[in-house]
Amino acid sequence: MEVKNSAQAGTFESSDILVMIEPVDKGSGITIDLSSSVYMHYADSIKTTITRVLNSFEIKDVKIIAKDKGALDAIIEARVETALKRALGIQQGTL
Amino acid sequence: MLYIPGNNPAMLLQGGVYGADGLLLDLEDAVALNQKDAARILVRNLIKTNNFYGCEVTVRLNHLDTPFGMADLEEIVPLQPDAIRYPKTESVEDLKRLISIVEEIEKKHNIENPKMTIHAMIETAMGVQNVFEIAAYSKRVDCITIGGQDLTADMNVVKTKEGRELDFARNRIVMAAKANKIDVIDTVYADVDDDEGLRQETEMIKGLGYSGKAVINPRQIGVIHDVYNPTEEEIRKAVRIIKEFKKNKEAGIGVFAIDGKMIDAPVVARAQYVLEVADIEL
Amino acid sequence: MKNILGFDVPDFIEGFGEVEHFTGSWNKLKNSIDEQIIAPPVKNTLAHTSKMRDSLEAAIDACNPHDGMTVTFHHHLREGDYIVEKVMFYLASKGIKDITLASSSLTGAHDCLVPLIKDGTIGQIFSSGIRGELGKAVSNGVMKKPVVIHSHGGRARAIKTGRINIDLAIIAASAADCEGNCTGSYGPSAFGSIGYAMIDVEYAKKTIVVSDNIIEYPCIPASIRQHYIDHVVKVDSIGDPSKIATGTTRITKSPMDLRIAEMAADAIEHSGVYKEGYSFQVGAGGASLAVAKFMRDKMKKQDIKGSFMIGGVTSYCVDMLEEGLFGAIFDVQSFDAAVSTSVYGNRNHIEISSDQYASPYNCGCMTNKLDIVVLGALEVDVDFNVNVITGADGVVRGASGGHSDTAAGAKLTVVVCPSFRGRLPMIKQKVQNVVTPGDTVDLIVTERGICVNPNSPNLSQKLKEAGLKVVDINDLKKEVDGITGIPVEPEHTEQIVGVIEYRDGTIMDVIRGVKTK
Repeated sequence: MEVKNSAQAGTFESSDILVMIEPVDKGSGITIDLSSSVYMHYADSIKTTITRVLNSFEIKDVKIIAKDKGALDAIIEARVETALKRALGIQQGTL
Repeated sequence: MLYIPGNNPAMLLQGGVYGADGLLLDLEDAVALNQKDAARILVRNLIKTNNFYGCEVTVRLNHLDTPFGMADLEEIVPLQPDAIRYPKTESVEDLKRLISIVEEIEKKHNIENPKMTIHAMIETAMGVQNVFEIAAYSKRVDCITIGGQDLTADMNVVKTKEGRELDFARNRIVMAAKANKIDVIDTVYADVDDDEGLRQETEMIKGLGYSGKAVINPRQIGVIHDVYNPTEEEIRKAVRIIKEFKKNKEAGIGVFAIDGKMIDAPVVARAQYVLEVADIEL
Repeated sequence: MKNILGFDVPDFIEGFGEVEHFTGSWNKLKNSIDEQIIAPPVKNTLAHTSKMRDSLEAAIDACNPHDGMTVTFHHHLREGDYIVEKVMFYLASKGIKDITLASSSLTGAHDCLVPLIKDGTIGQIFSSGIRGELGKAVSNGVMKKPVVIHSHGGRARAIKTGRINIDLAIIAASAADCEGNCTGSYGPSAFGSIGYAMIDVEYAKKTIVVSDNIIEYPCIPASIRQHYIDHVVKVDSIGDPSKIATGTTRITKSPMDLRIAEMAADAIEHSGVYKEGYSFQVGAGGASLAVAKFMRDKMKKQDIKGSFMIGGVTSYCVDMLEEGLFGAIFDVQSFDAAVSTSVYGNRNHIEISSDQYASPYNCGCMTNKLDIVVLGALEVDVDFNVNVITGADGVVRGASGGHSDTAAGAKLTVVVCPSFRGRLPMIKQKVQNVVTPGDTVDLIVTERGICVNPNSPNLSQKLKEAGLKVVDINDLKKEVDGITGIPVEPEHTEQIVGVIEYRDGTIMDVIRGVKTK
């Protein structure tokens, strides 16, 4: 799938992650700009989790800006999925 | 039962550790209208992965008349939490509609013998009026609850600390539950800093026959357990009654007396219930 | 070599010297002490001479400042302290080098000292705690000699033995008279007990009392007496009162801290140690102070009266004293303004020195008489060792305080700690640094269960019988790791930047430097 619009999901609260999605030119690949309160301890793990969700949506080109406050994998996955669905315009049941 | 806002990761994550009997993961009033999608996905992921330490997990959905209710059901029903709580249940038609959609989704996901039950939330004057039919409508409805905020709003009165305005509704709803032998849970006490007020209200609704009470802050759980847990005196009495009962039963005596007070079947049943709550086996 | 706790400590540490290894919490103290004790200095003054100096600078000049001297402070002014900065920068301006700074602790108010380490003014630091920018600088290897982290009781011991040989002790007071009688219990900058400074004045070669509130002679009550004091100085301000002590300490509203506290209080109730006449200490931090709230409720409900409370004292302890739940408070450090009033006005609120509080080298410190203590932790491990000095990033950011002193003395030592903080698991296979050895810790209480030290099987039995959620610490560790995922541990350098001394003077662990980006 192709990301055409910017979108975001999540908050700056503890245990949450704010995920912002920005479209990029085709062929530019995936870039993840991550800041985290536990960067030293989990940076690679968080990036892997984000990438996993992107792969499941078959996203090849996107820029992700993520600001993490110690979110667990299940929470990171939820926020990336929400942001992606919003960016793709396929979110359901919300205003 | 502890309410947890559906879009709050920290609280969802920790919900199971506070010693509540049940958790109400809320997709309805605690979630902003433009975050309904986010909360739904978050709650789904955490039901799948998080350890709630044996707490009964109930998800409060949005009403099917809102743009969110259908999406909630589609995401949550396949997970089969212990229960879903349906807001503003007003009539058996509401339940009929809900249950047919639930069953459809369950069929689609090949869920046989679904364990998920339905809690009907009574929070309108019409719902109070129809509560007997609602409580009797389906075996899947195993609990009814009263929502004080919305009900007082619907009645166009102010919700007070004393709660006189809810007297009729509380009495009618508890009786509807008892008539159908299902659970009945009271509304929240809004002032989280007023332990004494919470205690008084809990004592009152326990006296009316309510099975429990919803809370909005983990700090309130201790007070409610304190009220509901039998005292040592009550337990001692119950132990004595059951022991005497067993002795008399062997001798073929049904009704007997302890300290001059008649002990018959209802008293024995009550004593048995106390021991059950206290987790004591004789 | 690996010591008895499994921590790697060399026999000789550059900039520190020969290491006397830790061999067990009470091992060294089981035998009588044959260490050299230094005699307090002999001093004299003539009748009717004045101790008042025109300025802090003049007072310091009168104390023969010299290269390699040891200067001590007390940390009752906490984050509000101005005095350490003023004194150290004046010494720096005089070109004094290689000073040993031995404050009872250092706080966020002391970030300013980093340049003085870099320019060689400060050559060595002894302290209970190091935080903030100073902690980062230490961890990054700014000091040539490793800092020595001691407990409050350990510091009193070190002063007595001459390990910390004081040339100049600075005492900040909120009220003082012209002879140096002084107190922290009243005045505009009141901070309560002045307990940590009491031992300094007994052994220091020179002493200066600094106050923003010089009152008419005599200062009553005098927490520190005039016969120990060489010079007295009036300054405009000893610190920022809003950061020294304000209002009353409130119980946390964090549901997590309250939950942990409630579980800890339930464990205490059924431990067998909680009974009429028990003695009690709680830390001032979120969950540990909240334990006091739950114990207060239990004591009232069950009509149980305690004997005494000790330690860092909050207004919550004062409330319990005033309600008659405890007969006395022994106070080495006060945490809020309301406590100062009690120190001043309540005869059952007794100011004590760190020597009397916790020193292992006297005829009986208060912590030896303690029944129950509740403590916090930065991390714990499966052997019940506790780290309160280094953060998850390996940087020095805490304080030893009375942690190991009280844990060693108390019959029941309860450590309260969330199972994870901001995703980081708090139960490690091995703590990065040990401050309190596991054999002095009985319970670790987390929101996901209570871990009982396997050396107390009876306690475990009691808590289980009471229906409490007792879990094996190894199982809990696995469960928490499963929730958080295993974090990447910080990378350390070879440099030893800190030495962690146990209260008896043996060395328990060393702090290695960290690589920072």
